[in-house]
Amino acid sequence: MLQKVFDGEIEYLQVLDENGKVDAALFPNDLDDNKIIEMYKYMCLARAFDAKMLSLQRQGRVITYAPLIGEEATQIGAALAMRKDDYLVPNFRQHGVFIARGFPIENFFIAGRGYEDGLKAPPGTNSLAVAVPVGSQMPHSVGLAYALKYKKKDAAVVAFVGDGGTSEGDFYEATNFSGELKVPLVMIIENNQWAISVPRSKQSIAKTLAQKAFAAGIRGLQVDGNDVIAVYKAVSEGIKSLATDGPILIECITYRMSIHTTADDPTKYRDQKDVDAWKPKDPILRVKTYLSAKGLWNDELEKQMTEEQAKKINDSVAEAEAFKGDPKSMFDNLYSFVPDILKDEENEAVDANFWQ
Amino acid sequence: MQMNMVSALNNALDLAMQENEDVVLLGEDVGEDGGVFRVTDGLIKKYGENRVIDTPLAESGIIGTAIGMALGGLHPVPEIQFAGFMYLGYSQLINHAARYRERTRSGLSVPMVVRTPVGGGIRALEHHSESPEVLYSYGGGLIVVEPSNPYDAKGLMMKALHLKDPVIFLEPTKLYRLFKQDVPEESYEVDIGKANIIRAGEDLTIITYGTMVPIVNDVVSQKHVDAEIIDLRTINPLDEKTILDSVKKTGKAMIVHEASLSFGVGAEIAARISEKALYELDAPIIRVASLDLPYPFPAYENYYMPNAKKVGAAIDRLLTM
Repeated sequence: MLQKVFDGEIEYLQVLDENGKVDAALFPNDLDDNKIIEMYKYMCLARAFDAKMLSLQRQGRVITYAPLIGEEATQIGAALAMRKDDYLVPNFRQHGVFIARGFPIENFFIAGRGYEDGLKAPPGTNSLAVAVPVGSQMPHSVGLAYALKYKKKDAAVVAFVGDGGTSEGDFYEATNFSGELKVPLVMIIENNQWAISVPRSKQSIAKTLAQKAFAAGIRGLQVDGNDVIAVYKAVSEGIKSLATDGPILIECITYRMSIHTTADDPTKYRDQKDVDAWKPKDPILRVKTYLSAKGLWNDELEKQMTEEQAKKINDSVAEAEAFKGDPKSMFDNLYSFVPDILKDEENEAVDANFWQ
Repeated sequence: MQMNMVSALNNALDLAMQENEDVVLLGEDVGEDGGVFRVTDGLIKKYGENRVIDTPLAESGIIGTAIGMALGGLHPVPEIQFAGFMYLGYSQLINHAARYRERTRSGLSVPMVVRTPVGGGIRALEHHSESPEVLYSYGGGLIVVEPSNPYDAKGLMMKALHLKDPVIFLEPTKLYRLFKQDVPEESYEVDIGKANIIRAGEDLTIITYGTMVPIVNDVVSQKHVDAEIIDLRTINPLDEKTILDSVKKTGKAMIVHEASLSFGVGAEIAARISEKALYELDAPIIRVASLDLPYPFPAYENYYMPNAKKVGAAIDRLLTM
């Protein structure tokens, strides 16, 4: 006997194309004009924030930074699809999601100055901390989602991983655990085509990264990650269907238009023609075209928004620069108590005034 | 009630689960099987599969998932079947469990007790017999405990489950069923970070923990030497004061552990004694430990790890210096 025992296919979703035209049949019915304007503004804010961080980094005022330019639709679409009580599990490039969910911008500048205090999420912002070891955040998202389910909260977890991260063991373990434990979890692959210098084609010969869901027995979907409406639709419908259909893996196809981090030089390994080919697919441009065609956006509104956002960002920088750190906080926050041997090290440092 | 270490730990987990519904167990075979050493035996029947979770076989996934549970307000107790398999979860422990509270300035913490059997002497395979305590103690952020008897095992477990910190709970396999002790049935705590002077003495101080404690105790009894024996119980954070006070009194220090000699817990203790009590010693500090080799197959394990003869010879040497 020889019979087919598994059948799977991956669909690709796009609602708003690169010319600003929508597929009416797929347009999410809970999305109104105001929400799309909000999406547009947050995408612009994320890009303006990025520009500020890069500028401050070049001036030596913030540490290494991983910009998100080009990936705004994936981040903002997901952020606005999340409900207030849902949790964000980021890797290290999700500033856009944080900002759109109300995380204080000044915190990023505080962290950028080198203080962990910036990573402390104010109550209610429902997010884990930036995770630097690639893919290692994915098992956390499973456990966090388990905790929400265990505590019978009407909330889900939305976790982010990059295309490179999908090669990590933790990614496979997490997707597998998520299905087995049936947790309320949406996993988003922010596939920006590059893991520093290694292109997507060298991460895996799999045709899609979304199909990795099949190995775990969970749902997989591919989305135009430069289409904020498609991402919004995929993530919001994903969240709504978690209780009935289990976790979902959503691969958002986008492009890292800039550097991996400020420590990277892509001219060493990437052809500028590849980058140029993605410019017409810009996630912000197509929303602007769409809104302008509907008479919902114009130069005057753009100018007003840009000024407001610049002020918001500059105020945040000023607030962050006023922040004063205290090295004692290193000793006070390692455990729920300060052990004697650590207290001795602290006393020695204070007495000798090593940190002045 | 008379309990061995397995039943004392089972009793501790049972009480902790009764008093706090955020306590959940997870790991390979912890459910129906009760764990390969039966420490979680019967708990799935009592608390259900939402609280006693048989996970897929993946150690990083187990520890990483437990970290996520802890960040979500639970108090997970992941079991890693043998210490030799825990290296797969090491990145999660060092990169996340050890630093989450610090990185978020106490905004988020990882209350969690990672249980794993350690140590050899039971003729098991070599990856089932390791003593990796120093790997988890180095660098800070993880509390590392290792009991030497059923009473301490239960009390340390209860205390670990009342702390809001990540605790690595090392259970010496050889001591699981070696002897029984009178253990109270109700909840009680044994302090974490406090060593226990299990025998007072004047002539030398022997600092030890885990599997070596009953061996050291027997040798000292048989030799009729007036030794002070300190059972560390907690490896990190180290109870430096108890060690220094004793060494200053006796003037002689010896450290006995089952883990390998070099770069080990003994080296750390010897360094601290040298820095803070050198002039009160009248002999060099002696370490008795396993060989600087990966754990061998069982045929040579008695040669590999310290035994009564080796401990006895070291005592004789120290007392005649």
